[in-house]
Amino acid sequence: MKTYTYTEKKDTRSGFGAGLAELGRTNPNVVALCADLIGSLKMNEFIDENPERFYQIGIAEANMMGIAAGLTIGGKIPFTGTFANFSTGRVYDQIRQSIAYSGKNVKICASHAGLTLGEDGATHQILEDIGLMKMLPGMVVINPCDYNQTKAATIAIADYDGPVYLRFGRPSVPIFTPADQKFEIGKAIQLTEGTDVTIVATGHLVWEALEASKALHEAGISAEVINIHTIKPLDDKAIIESVSKTGCIVTAEEHNHLGGLGESVARVLAQHKPTPQEFVATNDTFGESGTPAQLMDKYGLNSDAIQNAVKKVLKRK
Amino acid sequence: MPNIKELEDLTTQVRRDILRMVHKVNSGHPGGSLGCAEFFVSIYKEIMERNEGFDMDGIGEDLFFLSNGHISPIYYSVLARSGYFPVEELNTFRLINSRLQGHPTTHEGLPGIRIASGSLGQGMSVALGAAQAKKLNNDDHLVYSLHGDGELQEGQNWEAIMYASAKKVDNLISTIDLNQQQIDGSTDDVLPMGSLRAKFEAFGWTVLDIEKGNDIEAVLKGMKEAKSLTGKGKPVCVLLHTVMGNGVDFMMHTHAWHGKAPNDEQLAIGLEQNVETLGDY
Ligand SMILES: Cc1ncc(C[n+]2csc(CCOP(=O)(O)OP(=O)(O)O)c2C)c(N)n1
Ligand SMILES: [Mg+2]
Repeated sequence: MKTYTYTEKKDTRSGFGAGLAELGRTNPNVVALCADLIGSLKMNEFIDENPERFYQIGIAEANMMGIAAGLTIGGKIPFTGTFANFSTGRVYDQIRQSIAYSGKNVKICASHAGLTLGEDGATHQILEDIGLMKMLPGMVVINPCDYNQTKAATIAIADYDGPVYLRFGRPSVPIFTPADQKFEIGKAIQLTEGTDVTIVATGHLVWEALEASKALHEAGISAEVINIHTIKPLDDKAIIESVSKTGCIVTAEEHNHLGGLGESVARVLAQHKPTPQEFVATNDTFGESGTPAQLMDKYGLNSDAIQNAVKKVLKRK
Repeated sequence: MPNIKELEDLTTQVRRDILRMVHKVNSGHPGGSLGCAEFFVSIYKEIMERNEGFDMDGIGEDLFFLSNGHISPIYYSVLARSGYFPVEELNTFRLINSRLQGHPTTHEGLPGIRIASGSLGQGMSVALGAAQAKKLNNDDHLVYSLHGDGELQEGQNWEAIMYASAKKVDNLISTIDLNQQQIDGSTDDVLPMGSLRAKFEAFGWTVLDIEKGNDIEAVLKGMKEAKSLTGKGKPVCVLLHTVMGNGVDFMMHTHAWHGKAPNDEQLAIGLEQNVETLGDY
C-alpha cells in the first residue's frame, strides 16, 4: 500500500495567501478584496506587493460581493477574502444574482470553514457552505486538503473563467501533496489503491482518510482513498470506477451530511451504480466552542470515525 | 445615589475576569471587552430595571442585546456577577461542552442571553423587534443594545437605523462603542465613517455623546440622560467614547488586542494593574 508522510504542518489559508501572492506577480488582472480580515486570510503579501490592486471593503461582505461582480466588468479577476460563513450564507443572494446568475468571474475565497475554526464557536463555524454553494447553477466548489494543494488551487482558478467557491481552513494540517502537483479542477486524485472499500474525502478529512487506511490495512482491510478536492463539478467517473471494484464507499467531509460531498456522491451512485454508502459528516447540527481536535472527535470527523464507518459499510456489501 | 466606589471595584474585578478568561483558553477578545467594562457595570447595576432570575420574554423589565458578540468576556463576567449564573462558570469560557460559547448563544441556554450574536451587524434589528413587542404588550420598559463602531460598516445596521426612526421606536437606546479600532487597524484606516452623530441625526435619531466612556460617573450620568430622552418619538443613540483595551496599559489605544490573548507574563502585568477587589472566580 502506498503510504504518505509529512515533515511539516501548515494551515491551508496560508496556501491561499501564497497562491494569491504568486498571482499578484504573474497575472496583472488579479485583484483582491477583503472585509476587515486581512491577517486571518493571509493576504498581506499580495497587498504589500500590489497595494493598488487591493480593496479594503470594511466589515461589509454584501457590498464586497457586489463590488467584486462589478470589477469583472472591465476584465478584472477579483478574489474576495473573508470567513466561510460570511462568504456564503451572509451574502447568498448577492452571490446568487450578481455573481452566479450574471455569470461573473469572481473567486470567492473562504477561510475558517467548518468545526476546526475552534474556540470562536458555532456563529462562525459554517457546516452548510458546500451545500449552499454547490446548489448555485454554474458555481465551481473546491475544498483542497493541504497547504500545497490550496496554493495550487488558488493559482489554477485564476485561469478558469467563471465563479468559483474556494474553501479552506484555520488549523495546521500535514502537508503531504507534492508542491509541484498541477491542480486540475474537477479531477479526483487517487491516493491509495484498494479493493475492499472506497473512501472519498475532501478538505481536512483527506489526511484523516489516509490515517484510517493505514490502520485498516493493518486490520487486513484494503481501502482505496480518493481525494475529491472539487465537489462540483464532481468526478463521477473516478467514483463509479472505484466502487465498481470495491463495492462500497465511505464519504468524509467537515460539513453537514445534508448538502455535502456525501449527498453529491450518493446522487451519482443512485443514478449509475447503487452502492452501500456511509457518511462521515456532521449530523444536522451546529458546532460549538472547543479545540479543533476535541470538536473533530466529538462530532465524529476523524480517522477513528472513518474506520468505524468502513467497518459498518463492509457489513452492508 | 449609587456607591461609585463599589461600581469601580466591580469594574476592576471584571477586568481581571476578562484577562483570566481569555488567557486560559488563549483565545477571545480582550480589547473591546475591557473598553466596555464601565458601560456593562453601569447598565446592569444601575441603569436597567431587571427582574429576579431570567425569563426569555423579559416582560416588565428592561432588555439588553449585545450585537458585537465577540466581546462576550465582559458580557459573561457582568452577567455572572449580576447573578444570572455561578461566577465559577467563567472558568469554562470557550471550552468544549460549555454554556459560555466563544460568542453568546441561546443554544446552550445560558441565562441572560436572548439572541445569538457574533456575526456582526444583526443586533439592532433584533433589538427593534423586541422594542416593538414591548409596545404591543403595553410594557413601558426599555430595550438597550450595544454595537461596535467597525460593526456599523455592515449595511443591515443602516436598514435598522432608518426603520427605527421611521417607525418611531422611541423605547430603544442603541449605544455605539466608539473605540475607533477594528481588526485590520483603526476605523479611519479601514473605512472612515465620518461623523456618526451627523449620520444618526440625519436618520432621525436623538444622539448623545458620552465623552468619557471609561469613567463610571460619566457613563452613569450619560445613560440616565439617554433614558430621559426615550418616549419622545425618536430612537436614542449613545456615542460612547471608549479606549480599546482600557485598564491594561500595553493593550490600550491599539487594534492589536482586538482578538488576542495575553501570555503568562502579560497576564501577570495586567492583573498587577488591576488588583483583586471582589474576589477572583
Ligand atoms: C459579519 C461579520 N464579518 C466579519 C466578522 C469578523 N470580525 C469580528 S470582530 C470584527 C471587527 C469589529 O470591529 P468593532 O465593531 O469596531 O469591534 P472592536 O474591534 O472595537 O471590538 C470583525 C471584522 C464578523 N464577526 N462578522
Ligand atoms: Mg471598534
